[in-house]
Amino acid sequence: MLYREAGQFKATYVEDSQIFPIRQDKVGMALILVVAFAGIPLLSLTGLMTDYFFTAILTPFLIFALATLGLNILTGYAGQLSLGTAAFMAVGAFASYNFILRVDGMPILAAFALGGLCAAAVGIVFGLPSMRVRGFYLAAATLATQFFVVWILTKIGWFTNYSSSGVITAQKIEMFGYTFDSALSKYLFVLAIVALLALLAKNMVRSNVGRSWMAIRDMDMAAEVIGFRPLRTKLLAFAVSSFYCGVAGALFAYAYLGTVEPEGFSLDLSFRILFMVIIGGVGSILGSFFGAAFIVLVPIGLNILTGFLENSAGISLPSGISSSIELMVFGAMIIFFLIVEPHGLARLWQIGKEKLRLWPFPH
Amino acid sequence: MQFFLEVLIGGLLSGVMYSLVALGFVLIYKASGVFNFAQGAMVFFAALTTVGLVDMGMPLWLAALLTMAAMVLLGLLTEKFVLRPLVAQHEITLFMATIGLTFFVEGLAQAIWGANVRALDLGIEDVPLEWMLENANMAISQFDLIASAIAAVLVTALAVFFTRTRIGRALRAVADDHQAALSVGIPLHHIWAIVWAVAGFLALVAGLLWGARNGVQFALTFVVLKALPVLILGGFTSVPGAIVGGLIIGASEKLAEVYIGPHFGGGIEGWFPYVLALLFLIVRPEGLFGEKIIRRI
Amino acid sequence: MATARQIGEVIIDLRNISLRFGGVKALTDISFDVREHEIRAIIGPNGAGKSSMLNVINGVYRPQEGEIVLRGRHHRDMNTHAAARAGIARTFQNIALFRGMTVLDNIMTGRNLKMKSSFLLQALYWGPAQREELAHRRKVEEIIDFLEIEHIRKTPVGRLPYGLQKRVELGRALAAEPSILLLDEPMAGMNVEEKQDMCRFILDVNDQLGTTIVLIEHDMGVVMDISDRVVVLDYGRTIADGTPDEVRGNQDVIDAYLGVAH
Repeated sequence: MLYREAGQFKATYVEDSQIFPIRQDKVGMALILVVAFAGIPLLSLTGLMTDYFFTAILTPFLIFALATLGLNILTGYAGQLSLGTAAFMAVGAFASYNFILRVDGMPILAAFALGGLCAAAVGIVFGLPSMRVRGFYLAAATLATQFFVVWILTKIGWFTNYSSSGVITAQKIEMFGYTFDSALSKYLFVLAIVALLALLAKNMVRSNVGRSWMAIRDMDMAAEVIGFRPLRTKLLAFAVSSFYCGVAGALFAYAYLGTVEPEGFSLDLSFRILFMVIIGGVGSILGSFFGAAFIVLVPIGLNILTGFLENSAGISLPSGISSSIELMVFGAMIIFFLIVEPHGLARLWQIGKEKLRLWPFPH
Repeated sequence: MQFFLEVLIGGLLSGVMYSLVALGFVLIYKASGVFNFAQGAMVFFAALTTVGLVDMGMPLWLAALLTMAAMVLLGLLTEKFVLRPLVAQHEITLFMATIGLTFFVEGLAQAIWGANVRALDLGIEDVPLEWMLENANMAISQFDLIASAIAAVLVTALAVFFTRTRIGRALRAVADDHQAALSVGIPLHHIWAIVWAVAGFLALVAGLLWGARNGVQFALTFVVLKALPVLILGGFTSVPGAIVGGLIIGASEKLAEVYIGPHFGGGIEGWFPYVLALLFLIVRPEGLFGEKIIRRI
Repeated sequence: MATARQIGEVIIDLRNISLRFGGVKALTDISFDVREHEIRAIIGPNGAGKSSMLNVINGVYRPQEGEIVLRGRHHRDMNTHAAARAGIARTFQNIALFRGMTVLDNIMTGRNLKMKSSFLLQALYWGPAQREELAHRRKVEEIIDFLEIEHIRKTPVGRLPYGLQKRVELGRALAAEPSILLLDEPMAGMNVEEKQDMCRFILDVNDQLGTTIVLIEHDMGVVMDISDRVVVLDYGRTIADGTPDEVRGNQDVIDAYLGVAH
């Protein structure tokens, strides 16, 4: 009975085209933001939340959500399958590193934005094959990005500042004389960037540019006939998507890992982010967050489970079994979702809301 | 010149192996429109299972036979639990499902047999062929030669099988149009089961040959990444394309590594085939032997 | 059915168009013209080349021979973007809607050429971008009202029945405020009532907005009722051209439709 839009009338198109037209959704979103920005930090002050929650769960969750959002723009909205997400993240991370390293007084946010723009430029170059090819031919082309970028970052010492191992140590995140070095402050830093970029993404997909992406995805010939320019539309999707992935990559290096090497941005990472898109919901901004949460939490859950089995139930498991099981669970989940709910958790959420609207009546 | 030939032949020999893997893709793609990314995982699974059984004290032939049975079972289960529920879905959906399958099979293989690198001995020594060394002063590996001979025989046999036999005809009918094939009484699921079994067999052979050469390890799954440019070059639906594409990729990547690689600090084998295939794509999007696609509306 | 509108000058003149796919001849030496404000029907048996003809007019296919004269300007062939800019909109035989998008969004896409906001402003959804979006929304709502599909405006198109999808597709074409509208079998697969509705929409568009309409349709009753002139194709050739009455009496046309012993 709580979740109902009855009595909320929209008299103008402004009201009708809001992101959350239903009042309860608006309140819900506001609550989530308040909890994320204020509630969680307050909780951590009381000591109920250890650093582990930030460094192992919340921060990576937000960063992966951003990368997933990026891939979702390209694959979910514009319909261009990419297997090179990690490569764009790598470009963002290493470009940001070099901007801060080589330009005196480079503000960190500007470096991240420039890193994102470099990723966008790489995205445009490697998106060019989309002019001629589609489907998994294009997917194969994006694989080329994956290998090429990692190779070039490894081979050209300049990118890693001639570090012998190829590992770079990200500089400190400093803004206005404040250093973000506690787990909580890094979390808040990431949260602010991710929230802002998610809002921008939502605006894009409800405007003409978002419609152009979806039109190309759903029926490219018809999109062309009504005046969208396919190449420009696809390349813009590549650029925006890579920008998001690039910023995510920079955050991955600066706010999560601290030290990264080119090989860290492997094909496996690309796949994981693709899984987040599939499980969260192809073509859904909200779904990107669901998917990221899911993939971040599953290994943790599995670890707890195997730990429990070994310690409490006394079953001894072969070493390394949990990573094998993790692979199997991911694989099975992907197949399960593709078969049972191709629109992922986002769709389940929507169905849940529709049920709630009718509750307590069955229909 | 001798060195060039040596590299070229070495490249062609590894190209035959790429063809073998690519052929597994082409078969499944032709029959069911699925781009089976899990082919590499199947190669890994097959090699690991065989070597695991051998390590348990089984003779090689028995281990290979049991693995074959396991591969057929894996193929049947895949057909039943992954492909059948997804029939008539968009090909990208199917592709993503096979990525899921890849993870599952890789995890399964390691859960059963552990993640250690294991050695597999087929009884063929990886030494240069003496005759070639003496007469032409070229180092051509005996193992590579025998392995590609096996692969070549297999590839030819399959090509004949699918062009000359009833099952082959049925397969091509299914590839053209599922509905139409069903309506003339071709049992779709049988065909799919056969194709997956054959793909499993190819994975087994590739896994044994490759595993014996480089050790049975997780890296075996990457053969799928070698086969992709081959497919782009040859076209996803063409058996001759897979063969020729494999040879071109094998030869050109070795030549590029030896002659161009040093200028860039080496290691270009990883991406060179892709760039080659991509450049080719821009000129001819349908591949060497693929059919030209006319877009209709 | 007589209307008060004034039929004007020739707006599209197709001259000696030939189109081949490999060795297959789809169109052979076809010439006909379309006048401003008229309803021009293209009829003919299946495979006669009608859809190919529309595809030539808006640049989906490029003919090997012939030329297209659009408002006095000569083109060797068209391209889809130029055609859209020149005010040509169309619907497709097998509905080509964006299935994952709502009715509202589908029709909004029709206005894309009129949207000027930069990509960054759209991302901010602020000021001019928001005003523009809302102004176009207002226009689109007029079309939604006109086509009587208010109740489904937020439904994803893929869930709609066939007849409604056809209507939405017309809406998307109308959203571009085209001067020339190409309709490929707008009434195929509809029941009588739906056909009547569709006829009414087409006539209203033609009458009130003065839109020139090129129409492919199989229902002869409809064609003869609403079109000003009819061109008949068979095996990629023109076999007749004239008013509905002239065409109706043409022996070649009767043979083509009923079949004749050669």
